[in-house]
Amino acid sequence: MFDPMGAPPALWHNGPTPGGFYNFPAIQTRPSEPITHSKSPVTTATSVIALAYDKGVVIAGDLLASYGSLARYKNCPRILKVNENILLGASGDYADFQYIKSFIEQKIIDEECIGDNIKLKPKSLYCWLTRVMYQRRSKFDPFWNNIIVAGIQDGEPFLGQVDKLGTAYTDRAICTGYAAHIVLPIIRDFLDKNPNPTQAEAKALVLKCMEVLYYRDARSFSKFQIGIMDKEAGSSIEGPLTCEENWEIALVAKN
Amino acid sequence: MSMIERPYYSDYSSAPIQHQFSPYADNGGSVVAIAGDDFAVIAADTRLSAGFSIYTREQNKLFPLSDGTILGCAGCWCDTLTLTRILKSRMQMYQHEHNKTMSTTACAQMLSTLLYYKRFFPYYISNVMVGFDTEGKGCVYSYDPIGHCEKTNYKAGGSAGALLQPLLDNQIAHTNLDKVPKEPLTLEKALALLKDVFISAAERDIYTGDKVLINIITKDGIKEEAFDLRKD
Repeated sequence: MFDPMGAPPALWHNGPTPGGFYNFPAIQTRPSEPITHSKSPVTTATSVIALAYDKGVVIAGDLLASYGSLARYKNCPRILKVNENILLGASGDYADFQYIKSFIEQKIIDEECIGDNIKLKPKSLYCWLTRVMYQRRSKFDPFWNNIIVAGIQDGEPFLGQVDKLGTAYTDRAICTGYAAHIVLPIIRDFLDKNPNPTQAEAKALVLKCMEVLYYRDARSFSKFQIGIMDKEAGSSIEGPLTCEENWEIALVAKN
Repeated sequence: MSMIERPYYSDYSSAPIQHQFSPYADNGGSVVAIAGDDFAVIAADTRLSAGFSIYTREQNKLFPLSDGTILGCAGCWCDTLTLTRILKSRMQMYQHEHNKTMSTTACAQMLSTLLYYKRFFPYYISNVMVGFDTEGKGCVYSYDPIGHCEKTNYKAGGSAGALLQPLLDNQIAHTNLDKVPKEPLTLEKALALLKDVFISAAERDIYTGDKVLINIITKDGIKEEAFDLRKD
């Protein structure tokens, strides 16, 4: 407002300094804070075990999410039924898993909305996850997980693993985390002796392996889930199951 | 947003576990290629490993780019998956654009360009490519991770590369041997040598073993062979 008694208004205000560049009001010109990436996992889940048998796949993982050495959350399922063809299991950062799970579920919803009854196949999901994980590692902001994709495609059982770098491979038996060291040799030995196990044999082996893991992996838990996908019987996720535990030997053990 | 420090947990602090993220992994594996006048062979072991763990004993590391060109890759497996996927699509694009298959020499140049494009965030792969050159002779192209390309007649790359190259120098080029008669290398000799060097590599290199897959290119096309190595 013009004030006859006061100083005259500036001839030019709320604009750029004459001859200067205009500073857009909403944009901060000072350098913003550096982008921070997760450099380590926080809430972690331990191993996943997966095994292919003659007519399908078995996959298992326990229900524990740890904070370092603290057994923090005891009901965190991480075996997921993606659709009629695919089971998925993940170890590593639980938050990253939940995020991945959310966009896989959205993918399935989008697919169902098309309504052509074409369902995502395990090899496709595996390949796509490889790209997702590789893209994030290339941005130096990885999803800190090992993901196992299990399923049946063209009548054949399929097992594939993807890690946080996008390293991916398929095999008849796959384990992540501590199980890769302590359980995978047991499974490989079993498959050498019995190359074509039945569902019952495969399931019994995986149950035994969960028990071995519970005894030997300090970050594991007695409650677990087991997912089975069979060519004929379809798929199910069983659980929570509980390891039979017997610590009587501890009384005898010295050191 | 303020600077976010790494979360601090008091009961976990005396010796915090430091997870230093590295975008690369050494997944091992060896590739050997030998070329003669009318053939080119390339072989790679099938062990995929990381540290002391074996991921799988059955990983093919040979990638046929066309009916006359094969690429072998060893090193960082996630980079290999990405690079070979890009190469495959580039081969397809070339086919559709020019209505012919890319020659081995063109493939060799393309690979060099693709690798150098990532000069400051390289694909950590030891690449060896085989095929026939413009004169119709077998040839081997080998690369460093950032795209340097060399045309030779034989090459050992990957985890046992440094172990095997001098052996090939001695057995194929006869370097520093003056009493060995110069005669052209036959396919039989090359295959026998290939098997021998892989058996030797599996003895000394823990990242090489399980099985060897061999691809043989002759004027008749590509033939595949396999033989077992020690699995420990």
